[in-house]
Amino acid sequence: MRPFIFTKPATADQALIKKTNQAQFIAGGTNLLDLMKKHIALPEELLDVTNALPAAITANTKGIRIDAMVRNSAIASQAEVLSQFPLLAKAVLAGASPQIRNMASTAGNLLQRTRCPYFYDTTVPCNKRIPGTGCSAMDGDNRMSAIVGYSNQCVAVHPSDMCIALAALEANVLVTGRDKKQHSIPFKDFHRLPGTTPQLDNNLPANAVITAVEIPGNRFQKNFAYVKVRDRDSYAFALISVAAALHMEAGVISEARLASGGVAHKPWRWYKAEQFLKGKKPSAENFRQAASIAVGETKPLANNKFKTVMLQGAIETALQNCLTA
Amino acid sequence: MERKQSFSRRFFLKTTSFAGALALIPPKAKALYTELKQRLIPTKEIMPLTVTINKKAYEVKADSRTTLLDLLRENLHLTGTKKGCDHGQCGACTVHIDGQRVLSCLTLAVMTTGKNVTTIEGLADGDKLHPMQQAFIECDGFQCGYCTPGQIMSAVACVNEGHTRSVAEIKEFMSGNLCRCGAYNGIVESIQKVAI
Repeated sequence: MRPFIFTKPATADQALIKKTNQAQFIAGGTNLLDLMKKHIALPEELLDVTNALPAAITANTKGIRIDAMVRNSAIASQAEVLSQFPLLAKAVLAGASPQIRNMASTAGNLLQRTRCPYFYDTTVPCNKRIPGTGCSAMDGDNRMSAIVGYSNQCVAVHPSDMCIALAALEANVLVTGRDKKQHSIPFKDFHRLPGTTPQLDNNLPANAVITAVEIPGNRFQKNFAYVKVRDRDSYAFALISVAAALHMEAGVISEARLASGGVAHKPWRWYKAEQFLKGKKPSAENFRQAASIAVGETKPLANNKFKTVMLQGAIETALQNCLTA
Repeated sequence: MERKQSFSRRFFLKTTSFAGALALIPPKAKALYTELKQRLIPTKEIMPLTVTINKKAYEVKADSRTTLLDLLRENLHLTGTKKGCDHGQCGACTVHIDGQRVLSCLTLAVMTTGKNVTTIEGLADGDKLHPMQQAFIECDGFQCGYCTPGQIMSAVACVNEGHTRSVAEIKEFMSGNLCRCGAYNGIVESIQKVAI
Protein backbone atom coordinates (compact mmCIF):
# COMPACT_ATOMS: atom_id res chain seq x y z
CA MET A 1 0.00 0.00 0.00
CA ARG A 2 1.24 3.49 -0.77
CA PRO A 3 1.64 5.70 2.34
CA PHE A 4 -1.13 8.22 2.90
CA ILE A 5 -2.14 10.98 5.28
CA PHE A 6 -5.15 10.09 7.40
CA THR A 7 -7.64 12.69 8.59
CA LYS A 8 -11.07 12.44 10.15
CA PRO A 9 -13.26 15.43 9.35
CA ALA A 10 -15.99 16.03 11.91
CA THR A 11 -18.62 17.40 9.53
CA ALA A 12 -19.64 16.99 5.90
CA ASP A 13 -18.57 20.60 5.22
CA GLN A 14 -15.08 19.93 6.55
CA ALA A 15 -14.88 16.75 4.50
CA LEU A 16 -15.82 18.67 1.35
CA ILE A 17 -13.25 21.40 2.01
CA LYS A 18 -10.50 18.80 2.30
CA LYS A 19 -11.60 16.75 -0.71
CA THR A 20 -9.26 16.97 -3.68
CA ASN A 21 -8.52 14.63 -6.56
CA GLN A 22 -5.67 13.13 -4.52
CA ALA A 23 -7.79 12.71 -1.38
CA GLN A 24 -10.39 9.99 -1.15
CA PHE A 25 -13.25 9.42 1.25
CA ILE A 26 -13.24 6.20 3.25
CA ALA A 27 -16.31 4.79 5.01
CA GLY A 28 -16.51 0.99 5.31
CA GLY A 29 -13.28 0.54 3.39
CA THR A 30 -14.26 -2.94 2.21
CA ASN A 31 -13.55 -2.09 -1.43
CA LEU A 32 -11.12 0.83 -1.17
CA LEU A 33 -8.60 -0.87 1.15
CA ASP A 34 -8.55 -3.91 -1.09
CA LEU A 35 -7.87 -1.68 -4.12
CA MET A 36 -5.15 0.16 -2.20
CA LYS A 37 -3.44 -3.09 -1.23
CA LYS A 38 -3.34 -4.01 -4.90
CA HIS A 39 -2.02 -0.56 -5.89
CA ILE A 40 -5.09 0.11 -8.02
CA ALA A 41 -6.22 3.01 -5.81
CA LEU A 42 -3.35 5.30 -4.80
CA PRO A 43 -4.79 8.13 -2.71
CA GLU A 44 -2.36 10.53 -1.06
CA GLU A 45 -4.86 11.29 1.66
CA LEU A 46 -7.77 9.38 3.20
CA LEU A 47 -10.68 11.29 4.69
CA ASP A 48 -12.54 9.13 7.19
CA VAL A 49 -16.19 10.20 6.83
CA THR A 50 -17.67 7.80 9.38
CA ASN A 51 -18.38 10.69 11.76
CA ALA A 52 -18.88 13.40 9.16
CA LEU A 53 -21.82 11.87 7.34
CA PRO A 54 -25.23 11.05 8.83
CA ALA A 55 -26.28 7.45 9.56
CA ALA A 56 -30.05 7.46 10.05
CA ILE A 57 -32.99 5.91 8.25
CA THR A 58 -35.97 8.27 8.21
CA ALA A 59 -39.38 7.46 6.82
CA ASN A 60 -41.95 10.06 5.90
CA THR A 61 -45.12 10.23 3.81
CA LYS A 62 -43.17 10.55 0.56
CA GLY A 63 -40.90 7.59 1.13
CA ILE A 64 -37.71 6.76 2.97
CA ARG A 65 -34.32 8.39 3.31
CA ILE A 66 -31.27 6.23 3.95
CA ASP A 67 -28.25 8.28 4.98
CA ALA A 68 -24.81 7.76 3.47
CA MET A 69 -23.24 6.10 6.53
CA VAL A 70 -26.03 3.59 7.21
CA ARG A 71 -24.37 0.18 7.17
CA ASN A 72 -25.78 -2.47 4.84
CA SER A 73 -26.77 -4.75 7.73
CA ALA A 74 -28.74 -1.90 9.32
CA ILE A 75 -30.78 -1.46 6.13
CA ALA A 76 -31.62 -5.15 5.98
CA SER A 77 -33.04 -5.24 9.51
CA GLN A 78 -34.76 -1.85 9.72
CA ALA A 79 -38.52 -2.15 10.38
CA GLU A 80 -39.67 0.48 7.88
CA VAL A 81 -37.48 -0.97 5.13
CA LEU A 82 -38.81 -4.46 5.84
CA SER A 83 -42.44 -3.38 5.74
CA GLN A 84 -42.41 -0.76 2.96
CA PHE A 85 -39.36 -1.65 0.83
CA PRO A 86 -38.87 -5.39 1.37
CA LEU A 87 -37.23 -5.80 -2.06
CA LEU A 88 -34.34 -3.61 -0.88
CA ALA A 89 -33.77 -5.70 2.26
CA LYS A 90 -33.81 -8.87 0.19
CA ALA A 91 -31.25 -7.55 -2.29
CA VAL A 92 -28.95 -6.28 0.47
CA LEU A 93 -28.97 -9.70 2.15
CA ALA A 94 -28.07 -11.35 -1.16
CA GLY A 95 -24.83 -9.38 -1.28
CA ALA A 96 -21.46 -10.03 0.38
CA SER A 97 -21.16 -11.68 3.83
CA PRO A 98 -22.51 -10.68 7.27
CA GLN A 99 -19.08 -9.26 8.21
CA ILE A 100 -18.89 -7.10 5.09
CA ARG A 101 -22.52 -5.98 5.43
CA ASN A 102 -21.68 -4.79 8.97
CA MET A 103 -18.92 -2.62 7.52
CA ALA A 104 -20.17 -1.46 4.11
CA SER A 105 -21.88 1.93 3.92
CA THR A 106 -24.82 2.90 1.71
CA ALA A 107 -22.85 5.53 -0.22
CA GLY A 108 -19.84 3.24 -0.53
CA ASN A 109 -22.03 0.49 -1.95
CA LEU A 110 -23.00 2.83 -4.79
CA LEU A 111 -19.35 3.63 -5.49
CA GLN A 112 -17.81 0.16 -5.43
CA ARG A 113 -15.69 -0.75 -8.43
CA THR A 114 -16.21 -3.64 -10.79
CA ARG A 115 -14.92 -7.11 -9.92
CA CYS A 116 -13.75 -7.79 -13.49
CA PRO A 117 -10.64 -9.98 -12.94
CA TYR A 118 -8.64 -7.96 -15.49
CA PHE A 119 -9.36 -4.74 -13.58
CA TYR A 120 -7.79 -6.36 -10.51
CA ASP A 121 -4.79 -7.83 -12.34
CA THR A 122 -2.28 -4.99 -12.62
CA THR A 123 -0.06 -6.97 -15.01
CA VAL A 124 -2.57 -6.82 -17.89
CA PRO A 125 -4.13 -3.94 -19.86
CA CYS A 126 -7.45 -2.53 -18.64
CA ASN A 127 -9.12 0.63 -19.93
CA LYS A 128 -10.91 1.11 -16.63
CA ARG A 129 -7.71 0.97 -14.61
CA ILE A 130 -5.44 2.79 -17.09
CA PRO A 131 -7.41 4.44 -19.91
CA GLY A 132 -6.10 3.72 -23.38
CA THR A 133 -4.32 0.45 -22.57
CA GLY A 134 -7.02 -1.80 -24.03
CA CYS A 135 -9.62 -4.25 -22.72
CA SER A 136 -8.27 -7.67 -21.80
CA ALA A 137 -11.70 -9.11 -21.13
CA MET A 138 -13.07 -8.32 -24.59
CA ASP A 139 -11.25 -11.26 -26.19
CA GLY A 140 -10.19 -12.91 -22.96
CA ASP A 141 -12.07 -14.91 -20.38
CA ASN A 142 -15.29 -12.92 -20.44
CA ARG A 143 -17.53 -15.48 -18.77
CA MET A 144 -18.47 -12.97 -16.03
CA SER A 145 -18.64 -9.95 -18.36
CA ALA A 146 -21.50 -7.86 -19.70
CA ILE A 147 -24.12 -8.95 -22.20
CA VAL A 148 -25.72 -5.56 -22.78
CA GLY A 149 -24.71 -1.90 -22.87
CA TYR A 150 -20.98 -2.55 -23.18
CA SER A 151 -18.59 -0.77 -25.57
CA ASN A 152 -15.52 -1.89 -27.49
CA GLN A 153 -13.47 -0.39 -24.66
CA CYS A 154 -14.96 -2.11 -21.62
CA VAL A 155 -17.17 -5.12 -20.89
CA ALA A 156 -17.06 -4.95 -17.07
CA VAL A 157 -20.21 -5.37 -14.98
CA HIS A 158 -21.51 -3.49 -11.96
CA PRO A 159 -21.13 -5.65 -8.83
CA SER A 160 -23.74 -4.39 -6.33
CA ASP A 161 -26.96 -6.15 -5.33
CA MET A 162 -28.35 -3.26 -3.31
CA CYS A 163 -28.10 -0.99 -6.35
CA ILE A 164 -30.21 -3.36 -8.46
CA ALA A 165 -33.08 -2.98 -5.99
CA LEU A 166 -32.52 0.79 -5.83
CA ALA A 167 -32.69 0.94 -9.64
CA ALA A 168 -35.93 -1.05 -9.68
CA LEU A 169 -37.41 1.15 -6.93
CA GLU A 170 -36.35 4.34 -8.78
CA ALA A 171 -34.39 5.83 -5.90
CA ASN A 172 -32.68 9.21 -5.97
CA VAL A 173 -29.08 9.82 -4.93
CA LEU A 174 -28.62 12.98 -2.84
CA VAL A 175 -25.30 14.64 -3.49
CA THR A 176 -23.62 17.73 -2.02
CA GLY A 177 -20.99 19.47 -4.11
CA ARG A 178 -18.09 21.67 -3.05
CA ASP A 179 -20.39 24.65 -3.59
CA LYS A 180 -22.51 23.16 -0.77
CA LYS A 181 -25.43 22.88 -3.17
CA GLN A 182 -27.57 19.76 -2.92
CA HIS A 183 -28.41 17.81 -6.05
CA SER A 184 -30.71 14.87 -6.49
CA ILE A 185 -29.62 12.41 -9.17
CA PRO A 186 -32.20 9.86 -10.38
CA PHE A 187 -30.79 6.38 -9.89
CA LYS A 188 -30.93 5.51 -13.58
CA ASP A 189 -28.62 8.47 -14.31
CA PHE A 190 -26.21 7.85 -11.44
CA HIS A 191 -24.16 5.02 -12.90
CA ARG A 192 -22.69 5.25 -16.40
CA LEU A 193 -22.24 2.98 -19.37
CA PRO A 194 -18.59 2.52 -20.36
CA GLY A 195 -18.72 4.18 -23.82
CA THR A 196 -15.35 5.80 -24.48
CA THR A 197 -14.73 6.66 -20.81
CA PRO A 198 -14.74 3.29 -18.99
CA GLN A 199 -12.62 4.75 -16.18
CA LEU A 200 -15.73 6.58 -14.97
CA ASP A 201 -18.26 4.41 -13.12
CA ASN A 202 -20.77 7.12 -12.28
CA ASN A 203 -21.86 10.72 -12.70
CA LEU A 204 -21.00 11.88 -9.19
CA PRO A 205 -19.56 15.39 -9.72
CA ALA A 206 -15.83 15.77 -8.97
CA ASN A 207 -15.12 16.13 -5.25
CA ALA A 208 -18.80 15.91 -4.31
CA VAL A 209 -20.12 13.68 -1.54
CA ILE A 210 -23.16 11.40 -1.40
CA THR A 211 -25.21 12.29 1.66
CA ALA A 212 -28.20 9.96 1.31
CA VAL A 213 -30.39 7.81 -0.91
CA GLU A 214 -34.11 8.48 -1.10
CA ILE A 215 -36.70 5.96 -2.24
CA PRO A 216 -40.17 7.23 -3.11
CA GLY A 217 -43.14 5.36 -1.64
CA ASN A 218 -44.44 2.52 -3.81
CA ARG A 219 -46.97 -0.29 -3.98
CA PHE A 220 -44.54 -3.20 -4.15
CA GLN A 221 -44.95 -4.51 -0.61
CA LYS A 222 -46.69 -7.71 -1.67
CA ASN A 223 -45.33 -8.84 -5.02
CA PHE A 224 -41.57 -8.63 -5.21
CA ALA A 225 -38.60 -10.94 -5.66
CA TYR A 226 -34.82 -10.87 -5.87
CA VAL A 227 -33.24 -13.78 -7.70
CA LYS A 228 -29.47 -14.10 -7.78
CA VAL A 229 -27.68 -16.78 -9.77
CA ARG A 230 -24.01 -17.28 -8.91
CA ASP A 231 -21.19 -19.81 -8.81
CA ARG A 232 -21.88 -20.73 -5.19
CA ASP A 233 -24.97 -20.44 -3.04
CA SER A 234 -23.81 -17.48 -0.98
CA TYR A 235 -21.00 -14.93 -0.79
CA ALA A 236 -20.29 -14.64 -4.52
CA PHE A 237 -20.92 -11.95 -7.09
CA ALA A 238 -23.87 -12.41 -9.42
CA LEU A 239 -23.65 -14.06 -12.80
CA ILE A 240 -27.21 -12.84 -13.24
CA SER A 241 -29.45 -11.14 -10.70
CA VAL A 242 -33.03 -9.96 -11.15
CA ALA A 243 -35.01 -7.57 -8.99
CA ALA A 244 -38.70 -7.81 -9.83
CA ALA A 245 -41.69 -5.95 -8.42
CA LEU A 246 -45.31 -6.05 -9.52
CA HIS A 247 -48.46 -4.25 -8.52
CA MET A 248 -51.72 -5.96 -9.38
CA GLU A 249 -55.15 -4.43 -9.82
CA ALA A 250 -58.25 -6.48 -10.61
CA GLY A 251 -56.16 -9.47 -11.66
CA VAL A 252 -53.92 -7.63 -14.09
CA ILE A 253 -50.47 -6.12 -13.68
CA SER A 254 -50.80 -2.34 -13.36
CA GLU A 255 -47.12 -1.64 -12.68
CA ALA A 256 -44.01 -3.72 -13.22
CA ARG A 257 -40.32 -3.15 -12.46
CA LEU A 258 -37.49 -5.36 -13.67
CA ALA A 259 -33.80 -4.68 -13.10
CA SER A 260 -30.70 -6.85 -13.42
CA GLY A 261 -27.18 -7.09 -12.09
CA GLY A 262 -24.31 -9.01 -13.66
CA VAL A 263 -25.42 -7.97 -17.15
CA ALA A 264 -24.10 -4.44 -17.68
CA HIS A 265 -21.73 -1.69 -16.52
CA LYS A 266 -24.62 -0.25 -14.49
CA PRO A 267 -27.77 -1.62 -12.84
CA TRP A 268 -29.84 -2.45 -15.91
CA ARG A 269 -33.57 -1.79 -16.24
CA TRP A 270 -35.61 -3.91 -18.68
CA TYR A 271 -37.99 -1.13 -19.70
CA LYS A 272 -39.45 -2.91 -22.73
CA ALA A 273 -40.30 -6.01 -20.72
CA GLU A 274 -41.85 -3.82 -18.00
CA GLN A 275 -43.95 -2.07 -20.62
CA PHE A 276 -45.05 -5.41 -22.06
CA LEU A 277 -46.25 -6.66 -18.66
CA LYS A 278 -48.40 -3.61 -18.01
CA GLY A 279 -52.06 -4.49 -18.35
CA LYS A 280 -51.32 -8.21 -18.78
CA LYS A 281 -52.44 -11.11 -16.63
CA PRO A 282 -49.70 -12.54 -14.37
CA SER A 283 -49.40 -15.82 -16.29
CA ALA A 284 -46.43 -18.08 -16.96
CA GLU A 285 -46.78 -17.39 -20.69
CA ASN A 286 -46.70 -13.60 -20.21
CA PHE A 287 -43.69 -13.94 -17.91
CA ARG A 288 -41.94 -16.08 -20.55
CA GLN A 289 -42.61 -13.46 -23.21
CA ALA A 290 -41.44 -10.62 -20.96
CA ALA A 291 -38.19 -12.49 -20.29
CA SER A 292 -37.73 -13.10 -24.04
CA ILE A 293 -38.13 -9.37 -24.70
CA ALA A 294 -35.36 -8.66 -22.18
CA VAL A 295 -33.12 -11.37 -23.60
CA GLY A 296 -33.73 -9.89 -27.08
CA GLU A 297 -31.87 -6.74 -25.97
CA THR A 298 -28.70 -8.65 -25.10
CA LYS A 299 -25.64 -9.37 -27.20
CA PRO A 300 -23.44 -11.89 -25.37
CA LEU A 301 -19.68 -12.20 -25.80
CA ALA A 302 -17.72 -15.32 -26.77
CA ASN A 303 -17.70 -16.94 -23.31
CA ASN A 304 -20.95 -15.77 -21.76
CA LYS A 305 -23.68 -16.95 -24.10
CA PHE A 306 -24.96 -19.04 -21.18
CA LYS A 307 -25.96 -15.79 -19.49
CA THR A 308 -28.83 -15.21 -21.94
CA VAL A 309 -30.39 -18.59 -21.09
CA MET A 310 -29.76 -17.87 -17.42
CA LEU A 311 -31.36 -14.44 -17.74
CA GLN A 312 -34.47 -15.90 -19.38
CA GLY A 313 -34.87 -18.34 -16.49
CA ALA A 314 -33.99 -15.81 -13.79
CA ILE A 315 -36.58 -13.28 -15.00
CA GLU A 316 -39.30 -15.94 -15.29
CA THR A 317 -38.44 -17.26 -11.82
CA ALA A 318 -38.36 -13.78 -10.30
CA LEU A 319 -41.74 -12.85 -11.78
CA GLN A 320 -43.20 -16.17 -10.65
CA ASN A 321 -41.74 -15.64 -7.16
CA CYS A 322 -43.44 -12.23 -7.06
CA LEU A 323 -46.77 -14.05 -6.89
CA THR A 324 -45.77 -16.19 -3.92
CA ALA A 325 -43.67 -13.65 -1.99
CA MET B 1 26.76 1.21 -34.80
CA GLU B 2 29.27 1.76 -32.04
CA ARG B 3 28.61 4.32 -29.40
CA LYS B 4 31.52 6.09 -27.83
CA GLN B 5 31.56 6.40 -24.07
CA SER B 6 32.91 9.91 -23.90
CA PHE B 7 31.73 13.29 -22.61
CA SER B 8 31.94 16.40 -24.70
CA ARG B 9 33.05 19.70 -23.29
CA ARG B 10 29.58 21.05 -24.04
CA PHE B 11 27.96 18.29 -21.98
CA PHE B 12 30.39 18.89 -19.10
CA LEU B 13 29.69 22.63 -19.06
CA LYS B 14 25.93 22.11 -19.28
CA THR B 15 25.71 19.68 -16.41
CA THR B 16 28.14 21.43 -14.10
CA SER B 17 26.48 24.81 -14.64
CA PHE B 18 23.07 23.23 -13.96
CA ALA B 19 24.37 21.67 -10.78
CA GLY B 20 25.98 24.97 -9.85
CA ALA B 21 22.72 26.81 -10.42
CA LEU B 22 20.95 24.32 -8.18
CA ALA B 23 23.56 24.82 -5.49
CA LEU B 24 23.03 28.57 -5.67
CA ILE B 25 19.37 28.17 -4.75
CA PRO B 26 19.63 25.63 -1.95
CA PRO B 27 16.19 26.07 -0.35
CA LYS B 28 14.39 25.60 -3.66
CA ALA B 29 16.58 22.70 -4.68
CA LYS B 30 15.95 21.05 -1.35
CA ALA B 31 12.23 21.56 -1.69
CA LEU B 32 12.33 20.12 -5.18
CA TYR B 33 14.30 17.15 -3.93
CA THR B 34 11.90 16.44 -1.05
CA GLU B 35 8.92 16.84 -3.32
CA LEU B 36 10.40 14.48 -5.88
CA LYS B 37 11.32 12.02 -3.17
CA GLN B 38 7.84 12.22 -1.66
CA ARG B 39 6.37 11.53 -5.08
CA LEU B 40 8.63 8.57 -5.76
CA ILE B 41 9.03 7.22 -2.24
CA PRO B 42 6.22 8.72 -0.13
CA THR B 43 7.14 8.96 3.53
CA LYS B 44 5.35 6.82 6.02
CA GLU B 45 2.75 8.50 8.15
CA ILE B 46 3.16 7.31 11.73
CA MET B 47 0.13 7.96 13.91
CA PRO B 48 -0.54 7.57 17.61
CA LEU B 49 -3.67 5.58 18.33
CA THR B 50 -5.64 4.34 21.28
CA VAL B 51 -7.58 1.13 20.88
CA THR B 52 -9.41 -1.00 23.40
CA ILE B 53 -8.85 -4.66 22.71
CA ASN B 54 -10.44 -7.30 24.93
CA LYS B 55 -11.26 -4.59 27.49
CA LYS B 56 -7.64 -3.47 27.69
CA ALA B 57 -6.61 -0.06 26.37
CA TYR B 58 -3.52 0.06 24.18
CA GLU B 59 -1.63 3.17 23.15
CA VAL B 60 0.52 2.50 20.13
CA LYS B 61 2.21 4.30 17.28
CA ALA B 62 1.51 2.76 13.92
CA ASP B 63 1.81 3.47 10.22
CA SER B 64 -1.44 4.92 8.86
CA ARG B 65 -1.60 1.93 6.50
CA THR B 66 -1.74 -0.61 9.33
CA THR B 67 -4.87 -2.72 9.21
CA LEU B 68 -6.49 -3.80 12.46
CA LEU B 69 -5.34 -7.35 11.63
CA ASP B 70 -1.69 -6.32 11.33
CA LEU B 71 -1.94 -4.16 14.44
CA LEU B 72 -3.23 -7.16 16.41
CA ARG B 73 -0.71 -9.63 15.07
CA GLU B 74 2.44 -7.60 14.41
CA ASN B 75 2.26 -4.72 16.89
CA LEU B 76 0.41 -6.29 19.81
CA HIS B 77 1.32 -9.95 19.24
CA LEU B 78 -2.27 -11.08 19.60
CA THR B 79 -1.79 -13.80 17.01
CA GLY B 80 -5.06 -15.64 17.66
CA THR B 81 -6.67 -13.68 14.83
CA LYS B 82 -5.48 -15.22 11.59
CA LYS B 83 -4.51 -13.77 8.23
CA GLY B 84 -5.99 -15.90 5.48
CA CYS B 85 -6.36 -14.01 2.23
CA ASP B 86 -5.91 -10.42 3.49
CA HIS B 87 -8.53 -9.35 0.90
CA GLY B 88 -11.84 -9.93 2.65
CA GLN B 89 -12.64 -13.19 0.93
CA CYS B 90 -12.11 -15.85 3.62
CA GLY B 91 -13.25 -14.54 7.03
CA ALA B 92 -10.24 -15.91 8.96
CA CYS B 93 -9.57 -12.43 10.38
CA THR B 94 -13.10 -11.92 11.77
CA VAL B 95 -13.19 -9.92 15.05
CA HIS B 96 -15.92 -7.94 16.81
CA ILE B 97 -15.96 -4.15 16.87
CA ASP B 98 -18.49 -2.82 19.36
CA GLY B 99 -20.13 -6.25 19.32
CA GLN B 100 -20.48 -6.47 15.52
CA ARG B 101 -18.51 -8.99 13.50
CA VAL B 102 -16.21 -7.37 10.93
CA LEU B 103 -13.15 -8.23 8.85
CA SER B 104 -10.01 -6.90 10.53
CA CYS B 105 -8.00 -7.17 7.28
CA LEU B 106 -10.22 -4.54 5.63
CA THR B 107 -10.34 -2.25 8.67
CA LEU B 108 -7.73 0.45 9.17
CA ALA B 109 -6.40 0.31 12.72
CA VAL B 110 -6.60 4.09 13.00
CA MET B 111 -10.35 3.90 12.29
CA THR B 112 -10.92 1.78 15.43
CA THR B 113 -9.84 4.56 17.79
CA GLY B 114 -12.33 4.80 20.65
CA LYS B 115 -13.96 1.48 19.76
CA ASN B 116 -14.10 -1.83 21.60
CA VAL B 117 -12.44 -4.66 19.75
CA THR B 118 -12.94 -8.27 20.82
CA THR B 119 -10.69 -11.00 19.46
CA ILE B 120 -10.62 -14.75 20.02
CA GLU B 121 -8.30 -14.11 22.99
CA GLY B 122 -11.06 -12.14 24.68
CA LEU B 123 -13.79 -14.79 24.52
CA ALA B 124 -12.77 -17.16 27.32
CA ASP B 125 -13.30 -16.24 30.96
CA GLY B 126 -9.91 -17.09 32.41
CA ASP B 127 -9.47 -20.83 31.96
CA LYS B 128 -13.17 -21.31 31.31
CA LEU B 129 -13.82 -21.53 27.58
CA HIS B 130 -16.62 -19.61 25.92
CA PRO B 131 -19.59 -21.95 25.22
CA MET B 132 -18.88 -21.64 21.49
CA GLN B 133 -15.24 -22.66 21.93
CA GLN B 134 -16.40 -25.64 24.01
CA ALA B 135 -19.00 -26.56 21.37
CA PHE B 136 -16.40 -26.45 18.56
CA ILE B 137 -14.28 -28.97 20.53
CA GLU B 138 -17.23 -31.22 21.27
CA CYS B 139 -18.72 -31.13 17.76
CA ASP B 140 -15.46 -31.43 15.82
CA GLY B 141 -15.90 -27.95 14.39
CA PHE B 142 -12.39 -27.89 12.94
CA GLN B 143 -9.54 -29.93 11.55
CA CYS B 144 -6.41 -27.88 10.89
CA GLY B 145 -7.73 -25.02 13.01
CA TYR B 146 -6.53 -22.09 10.94
CA CYS B 147 -9.98 -20.69 10.10
CA THR B 148 -11.29 -21.55 13.59
CA PRO B 149 -10.73 -18.22 15.41
CA GLY B 150 -12.62 -16.46 12.61
CA GLN B 151 -15.30 -19.16 12.53
CA ILE B 152 -15.83 -18.90 16.31
CA MET B 153 -15.99 -15.08 16.30
CA SER B 154 -18.48 -15.24 13.42
CA ALA B 155 -20.46 -18.03 15.12
CA VAL B 156 -20.77 -16.07 18.36
CA ALA B 157 -22.12 -13.08 16.39
CA CYS B 158 -24.43 -15.35 14.36
CA VAL B 159 -26.04 -16.57 17.60
CA ASN B 160 -26.24 -13.04 19.03
CA GLU B 161 -27.93 -11.84 15.84
CA GLY B 162 -30.44 -14.69 16.07
CA HIS B 163 -29.71 -16.12 12.64
CA THR B 164 -29.95 -19.71 13.83
CA ARG B 165 -33.53 -20.70 13.08
CA SER B 166 -32.57 -23.38 10.56
CA VAL B 167 -29.51 -25.12 9.15
CA ALA B 168 -30.03 -23.18 5.91
CA GLU B 169 -30.10 -19.88 7.81
CA ILE B 170 -26.94 -20.76 9.77
CA LYS B 171 -25.16 -21.68 6.54
CA GLU B 172 -26.26 -18.45 4.85
CA PHE B 173 -25.11 -16.30 7.78
CA MET B 174 -21.81 -18.17 8.12
CA SER B 175 -21.00 -17.95 4.40
CA GLY B 176 -18.35 -15.29 4.99
CA ASN B 177 -16.10 -17.84 6.71
CA LEU B 178 -14.44 -20.42 4.51
CA CYS B 179 -13.05 -23.70 5.82
CA ARG B 180 -10.82 -25.52 3.37
CA CYS B 181 -10.78 -28.68 5.53
CA GLY B 182 -14.54 -28.79 5.12
CA ALA B 183 -15.53 -28.94 8.77
CA TYR B 184 -18.79 -27.17 7.94
CA ASN B 185 -21.10 -29.82 9.41
CA GLY B 186 -19.31 -29.67 12.75
CA ILE B 187 -19.43 -25.87 12.68
CA VAL B 188 -23.18 -25.84 12.03
CA GLU B 189 -23.68 -28.39 14.82
CA SER B 190 -21.64 -26.26 17.25
CA ILE B 191 -23.77 -23.22 16.48
CA GLN B 192 -27.00 -25.18 16.91
CA LYS B 193 -25.74 -26.46 20.24
CA VAL B 194 -25.01 -22.97 21.57
CA ALA B 195 -28.14 -21.42 20.07
CA ILE B 196 -30.53 -23.66 22.03
